[in-house]
Amino acid sequence: MGCGVSKSSQFSKHPGKAVTSIRAAILIQRWYRQYVARTEMRRRCTWHIFQSIEYSGEQAQIKLYNFLGYLMDNFTPSSNERKLICHIFRENDVCRDAEWERYFCYKNIEVPEIYSGPHLTFPLTVEQAVGLVEAFRNKKQLHSRYVLQLLLETWKLIRKLPNINRISTCQSKEITICGDLHGQLEDLLLIFYKNGMPSLEKPYVFNGDFVDRGHDSIEILLILFAFLLVYPSDVYLNRGNHEDHIVNLRYKQTIDKTSTCGGFLKYCAYVLYLYRRYGFTKEVLTKYKMHGKRILKLLQKIFSWLPLATVIDQRVLVIHGGISDSTDLGIIARVDRHKYVSALRPPKRRHTSLAGMSVDSELDEEWSNSKFLQRRASMTYPKPLGTRTSFQNRSLQDFSDRIRVEDELELCRKRASIFQPDNQNQENEVLESVSIESVNSDNAKEEWKQILDLLWSDPMTEDGCMPNEVRGGGCYWGPDVTEDFLNRHNLQLLIRSHECKQEGYEFCHNRKVLTLFSASNYYDVGSNRGAYVKLGPDLVPYMVQYQATSMTRELTVRQSVGRTERSALKVLREQLFAHKSDLMSAFRAYDKENTGLVSLSDWADAVESVMHLGLPWRMLRSQLVTCKSSEGMINYFLWFSELSIKNLRLITLTKG
Amino acid sequence: MLNIWLLYNKVITKMAPHKQNAEAMISDVHKKIKAAFKAFDHEANDTVDVREIGTIIFSLGCFPCQAELHDFIAEVEEDHTGYIHLEKFLPAMTKVLLEKKFPPIPEDKVLQAFEVLDKENKGYLEPEELTKLMMQEGEVFTQVEMDEMLTAVTDPKNNVIYYKDLIDQLTIDYD
Repeated sequence: MGCGVSKSSQFSKHPGKAVTSIRAAILIQRWYRQYVARTEMRRRCTWHIFQSIEYSGEQAQIKLYNFLGYLMDNFTPSSNERKLICHIFRENDVCRDAEWERYFCYKNIEVPEIYSGPHLTFPLTVEQAVGLVEAFRNKKQLHSRYVLQLLLETWKLIRKLPNINRISTCQSKEITICGDLHGQLEDLLLIFYKNGMPSLEKPYVFNGDFVDRGHDSIEILLILFAFLLVYPSDVYLNRGNHEDHIVNLRYKQTIDKTSTCGGFLKYCAYVLYLYRRYGFTKEVLTKYKMHGKRILKLLQKIFSWLPLATVIDQRVLVIHGGISDSTDLGIIARVDRHKYVSALRPPKRRHTSLAGMSVDSELDEEWSNSKFLQRRASMTYPKPLGTRTSFQNRSLQDFSDRIRVEDELELCRKRASIFQPDNQNQENEVLESVSIESVNSDNAKEEWKQILDLLWSDPMTEDGCMPNEVRGGGCYWGPDVTEDFLNRHNLQLLIRSHECKQEGYEFCHNRKVLTLFSASNYYDVGSNRGAYVKLGPDLVPYMVQYQATSMTRELTVRQSVGRTERSALKVLREQLFAHKSDLMSAFRAYDKENTGLVSLSDWADAVESVMHLGLPWRMLRSQLVTCKSSEGMINYFLWFSELSIKNLRLITLTKG
Repeated sequence: MLNIWLLYNKVITKMAPHKQNAEAMISDVHKKIKAAFKAFDHEANDTVDVREIGTIIFSLGCFPCQAELHDFIAEVEEDHTGYIHLEKFLPAMTKVLLEKKFPPIPEDKVLQAFEVLDKENKGYLEPEELTKLMMQEGEVFTQVEMDEMLTAVTDPKNNVIYYKDLIDQLTIDYD
């Protein structure tokens, strides 16, 4: 030990007690400070775990989704599989608006006598909006009739909104901006409690990601829409990447439909099901058993009509994700935003007709000529069928490839239908019209990228701009891109959300970018605070932090770190278990002599090479591997059986 | 004779892997240090803020007192820039780990320290007693540190500090 404290006579309770007390105090102080430092390290690791898994989960979902798309491009599915793919990828949007109104009609839905929730009458009043908040606080559920009615009114309103909301802090109004809420009603209630509800004097901007993960996503939406209807000039909603039905997709439904499909697709759908961590779709279908599907359908349309950005006093831009080096607000302002029903799908194709031929882009039609097209496709688009791993490197940007493929298929079909050897003119016509369509596709691609970047990007510390491979969509953008963007558009501050921050907010890029996150305890109880921002006419951001406390206050600091850590580790163990066979191969590569043992160092390297989570595995080892290790070696067979026992629940899932 | 040979062989085979593994061990230690360092390397440029060094060192299982910590920092800091570069940190920290320079405080010593403070042998301490000591004597706590400690260690039901249980609970396993 140091500090001149001798070991032998330290702690005698005899004369010199004062000196002894001091020594004891020093010892305790040192001991406790060391403990705090260790805890801080654990907390960082835990945080890192959750964040890595969250982002890699999003990425994996997208990769898998890409894979299904890849299958679509390169294989001829059976008719059942075709139906499934159509279900996942394309909505059969045969209905026109009038038909939609009929479908969403709430008028014949009866509200039973015993219903104890709020009754709504339209046009909505502020008392009803406030009443709705109270009702939800008291765990009431709004009847589906009123839900549909409210959503319809919302749809009618937001269709008239521009892509970019423009608001001002005139009349000394302070604008309140909230980040991700992710279905955590408690946080919204806390914000309203601390800051007051939206009103003429209290305008609000909600910056996307209202749904998924928390349990009260639909309630949050209903509250936000209600206030939007009551105060249309004082409530502004930005679309987030989770306001997207593909991201909310209910995987269980997909599985039911796969029961008649081939084994491989069933497997894919099942794996998608395992990523069921999201849950908005499931939440709605559970809460609204009879009309859930209708509600979701209407929400899908509403999501696509949500504005993409908000500008305050022409100086502050509020968007959900971020920007890229090609982001152009001029383009954003012009796009037909509702075409982009999901940021994960290329835009809806326009139905054009040429030379009396109706070009129908319905998937079914294309696939009915599948065998013929396949051959043709390989002649004009000679990309060899890639290996299974090649699709993994595709990001969302690669969807532009898919559009091109569809163009090619289209061209082939037209050729097949109207090509005659002697008729050069006709062929030229075809080529001309097709090239116009290609130009339209290029525009569509560019617009789509603009929206993708806006909703999915994250800031980075280095200069430059590169694809965001962790998320699988959008970019990472650097301080130089921020500088350039703000100058070009005459802005002074960029407020965005999309990333969880421990303090609820974080500045970066020379305080020109503010990340705002309003879902406290997001990863687990005690993991982080939430925050909202107030912006007055001086446009100086004033942060308010909070933490939903129904659970937090009862836990001590130490306990809350431990609890979050235990959660993180549980999630991590599940992930490791899911990768068992890959891990086994990786270990075998390090263990050429088949001893069943690997060194700690090799264990860490092997695990990282399979999991790609960038976690400090060595530091986590003691909590992930509890079987005794002999002289710094780890018996991986023992470890796997330990993981199996801890993951019994997952095993039963696999079998059932 | 045979016995001596067998013994000799046993000794040799036990030793030989260690000899080969000396290098492996250092490489191992380096990996450990780098992993801890990287957790605080926010800019991904192999530097950390000097104020985080204590945490990094503690997480590696070493427990210098404040004076020793200051000496270590003086050795590795980049000329009072407030940053420490991995280049300097790695060799210094490797030495510390290999020489086991700052071993952890044994649990029994901590227990004795608490027992000294518990003059009446109650088996627990009142928050006021602990506060008085921590904030007036030795390497004094700040108010923030004191508040945090009290929140962490005080039993919520009886509002006292059962230090024996505490020591068990707050001891962490090291790598």
